[in-house]
Amino acid sequence: MAGEAGNEALAFHPMDQFKVEPLFDVALDYFAVSNVTQWMGVTVLCIIVLFVLGTGKRAVVPGRLQSVAELAYSFVYKMVEDVSGHDGVKYFPYVFTLFIFIVFSNFIGLIPGAFTTTSHIAVTAVLAMMVFLFVTILGFIKNGFHFLGLFWVSSAPLPLRPILALIELISYFVRPVSHSIRLAGNMMAGHAVIKVFAGFAPLVLMSWIGVAVTPLSILAITAMYGLEILVCFIQAYVFTILTCVYLKDALHPGH
Amino acid sequence: MTGDIVQMGAYIGAGLACMGMGGSAIGVGNVAGNFLAGALRNPSAAAGQTATLFIGIAFAEALGIFSFLVALLLMFAV
Repeated sequence: MAGEAGNEALAFHPMDQFKVEPLFDVALDYFAVSNVTQWMGVTVLCIIVLFVLGTGKRAVVPGRLQSVAELAYSFVYKMVEDVSGHDGVKYFPYVFTLFIFIVFSNFIGLIPGAFTTTSHIAVTAVLAMMVFLFVTILGFIKNGFHFLGLFWVSSAPLPLRPILALIELISYFVRPVSHSIRLAGNMMAGHAVIKVFAGFAPLVLMSWIGVAVTPLSILAITAMYGLEILVCFIQAYVFTILTCVYLKDALHPGH
Repeated sequence: MTGDIVQMGAYIGAGLACMGMGGSAIGVGNVAGNFLAGALRNPSAAAGQTATLFIGIAFAEALGIFSFLVALLLMFAV
């Protein structure tokens, strides 16, 4: 670890919050119950509570919970219909599941002391890889070998097409990488910045410079937190809408 | 001594990688600014294009995130 050298100045390291630790006294391996498992469980529990309680009564005049559930449902439904077209609506449940899971884990990660599961590349890579495999297999099932027309840009001049095909092929396989890193990187960067400012906050206890620095850093934490609320939602939205775009490519691969 | 030089190189590289974020910032600003310019000329068509706006921002931003990732790898993994 190259980054361990100059950390004595900070009371805690900004990346400490992303440490995966087993909850019980066992070694950390693939099946150990860790804080990631715990907070994923909290996420799933919150989703279940919202949608079971929210849709349980099915009132004509919706209450507060039901309004939220209906709002989320119609928001994602409209997104799938707009971006993927009418054929894409069949795969709406999957897209909705993705959106709700990501948005809940992002927001639960904002609670002080909570763990952001989506800040780990292991979590987002699984989500992105699932989307990638799903879209590729669906494309081949729906279109057969016409799916490869996605890479053969028929509107370009003929000598250019092999080069474009290569570029398209590379960009197709980079999709799961950028898809997962975008979400994890945004979550990690935002939380790390908050923690960096938080590291300056207790300076008032140590030296007189803190009188100026501490209020500034607390102000900065508050501002960053507001930005993070926005980013949490936008990143879930972006993840979902890119899934819809990939779905559209799989259903209608013509260039 | 050699270890120190390697570590110095890693830190300098991490700093240099952060310049990529500036490029990504220019890209995102360009996308949003052009969207606003277009939206003010034809406000009625703007609402339907917000999805395109976010897709454009996401693509421009992804490359900045890549450079952030390179910086993180140099700091913690090399």
